[in-house]
Amino acid sequence: MFKIILRRVLVAIPTLILVSMIVFMLQKILPGDPVLTLAGEERDPAVLDYLRDKYRLNDPLPVQYGVWVGQVLQGDLGKSLRTDVPVTQLIAQKLPVTLQLAAMAMFFALVIGVPMGIVAAVRKGTATEMGANVAALSGMSIPNFWLGILLIMLVSVKWRLLPASGYVSPAEDFWMSMKTMLMPALVLSTAIAAYLMRHTRSAMLEALSADYVRTARAKGVSPRRVVLRHALRNALMPIVTLVTLLFGELLAGAVLTEQVFTIPGFGKLIVDAVFTRDYAVVQGVVLCVAVGFIIMNLLADILYILVNPRLRHA
Amino acid sequence: MSAHSATAAAVPPPRSRSRAWGKFKRNRVALLGAVIVLAVVILAVFAPLLATHDPLQTSFMAIRKAPSATFWLGSDELGRDIYSRMLYGARASLMAGLVSVVIALIVGVPFGLVSGYFGGWIDSIISRCTEALLAIPFLILAIALAAFLGPSLTNAMIAIGVSAAPKFIRLARGQVLAVKNEDYVQSSRALGASDTRIIVRHILPNIMPPLIVQATITIATAIIAEASLSFLGLGLQPPNPSWGSMLNTAKNFMTQAPWMSIFPGSAIFLAVLGFNLLGDGLRDALDPRQEK
Repeated sequence: MFKIILRRVLVAIPTLILVSMIVFMLQKILPGDPVLTLAGEERDPAVLDYLRDKYRLNDPLPVQYGVWVGQVLQGDLGKSLRTDVPVTQLIAQKLPVTLQLAAMAMFFALVIGVPMGIVAAVRKGTATEMGANVAALSGMSIPNFWLGILLIMLVSVKWRLLPASGYVSPAEDFWMSMKTMLMPALVLSTAIAAYLMRHTRSAMLEALSADYVRTARAKGVSPRRVVLRHALRNALMPIVTLVTLLFGELLAGAVLTEQVFTIPGFGKLIVDAVFTRDYAVVQGVVLCVAVGFIIMNLLADILYILVNPRLRHA
Repeated sequence: MSAHSATAAAVPPPRSRSRAWGKFKRNRVALLGAVIVLAVVILAVFAPLLATHDPLQTSFMAIRKAPSATFWLGSDELGRDIYSRMLYGARASLMAGLVSVVIALIVGVPFGLVSGYFGGWIDSIISRCTEALLAIPFLILAIALAAFLGPSLTNAMIAIGVSAAPKFIRLARGQVLAVKNEDYVQSSRALGASDTRIIVRHILPNIMPPLIVQATITIATAIIAEASLSFLGLGLQPPNPSWGSMLNTAKNFMTQAPWMSIFPGSAIFLAVLGFNLLGDGLRDALDPRQEK
């Protein structure tokens, strides 16, 4: 088992290196001379040369990449071109906000998606299954920023039930924090909930047709117990790993959700950076998300090996 | 499998095609999807004939008017007709969906074919690169690319297409692995066919169904992605209408002019739902093995 895990960890290394190359190359596809952008109105050749030297733009690409990776490994993602604040500091500030949003969204997605998937599988061929399928497809098709706008119009503007925007830290006021995050998290969860529902449904359908389920039924185990103890336990395994993978999706979806609800998180950071042409920040955020995603992926695989008895003894 | 059935697999008999069509026809939900897609295509193609106003014509006499006989779906903050803008917006969305998927296919499928067919070090390299690209969430990669390339519809389509390509590399590779040891591939190799010929004439036609299904679903994803980029201001630039950018301005007038958000959003929802339903139906008809 340790061999499998070790091999899996080793495979992640080239992926990490490639991701870092892709992120590094992002700034190179930028049209125009970055120095001219940096210098602004200044066109003095001496200043331009100084800037080129400072950012090592005269070195060959591999050298530039090497220097950049060296800095990244030391936890230095550069400074925001606008505010001069270190990018790592910006990310450290915004990340908890988005993680709270993503965690709440994942909670809703699980609470909505998994039971719906189970019911759809158990009630196969009925109107209930049809309804669950249609709901899932709608969840996948609805643009979450539009759903956000609709909910704000209805819940905040018309009914005045929940705040329309903003962010309150849970450390400051826990209930207020939950209240402001409730709508954004629900909006963010729709697509993931739909995805989880469809996967739960197909995993359950497979499990329900397995021999051990038939055996359990023949033994006279109650239908409820067959579904929950025998089928679900086996169907849940792929879903556990799926949940870790879907976190990447949630981070991407958070970009739009945070924009609609003006939440000062990760997504807002990258969008604002895009518009102020703060490429160091964009690069840092993309790198961070990708590395996080690779680590989640790795954890998902290791988790899968650990919970799967067939692999555990390999 | 005998040599006879091998040729039969290389050129699907008409019977299996009509069976797939029959299965598709009976699937009411899939037909609904096809009807929605067709409707969006017709509205987009005939936009100039169906529009009641010039989509760019501003009017200070008609700012944020509620839906009426003149402005069927209301007017926006510059007095432009929302119905007419939505028709032209359908063009942007459809084009974004189609072009980005074509880009994804052109970039993705050849790499996947080569990777799966030849295996070895070339497969390792392509697979690692695919994994690296898949590690960056689709929308984040598209936003970063659109940001670095500069905001425009063309760049948004390139960004979406490139971001969607890894999925096609992975799919094509897996499919090639599944068929490359089939008898009909082996026999054409025994007959002395070149690798290129085997890939293009024998493997590609056989792995088309899953690619078509994935392409249809990716159109849905691409339409949402284009709307998202436009919503963020990274897609089609004003004053040209796109559903996403219409929503971007609409969110500033949620209380005063709710129609500005309701209609363009419904259009995105319906178009995406149409392609998703169609894709699901095609999967059930063409490729029943694949998991939903």
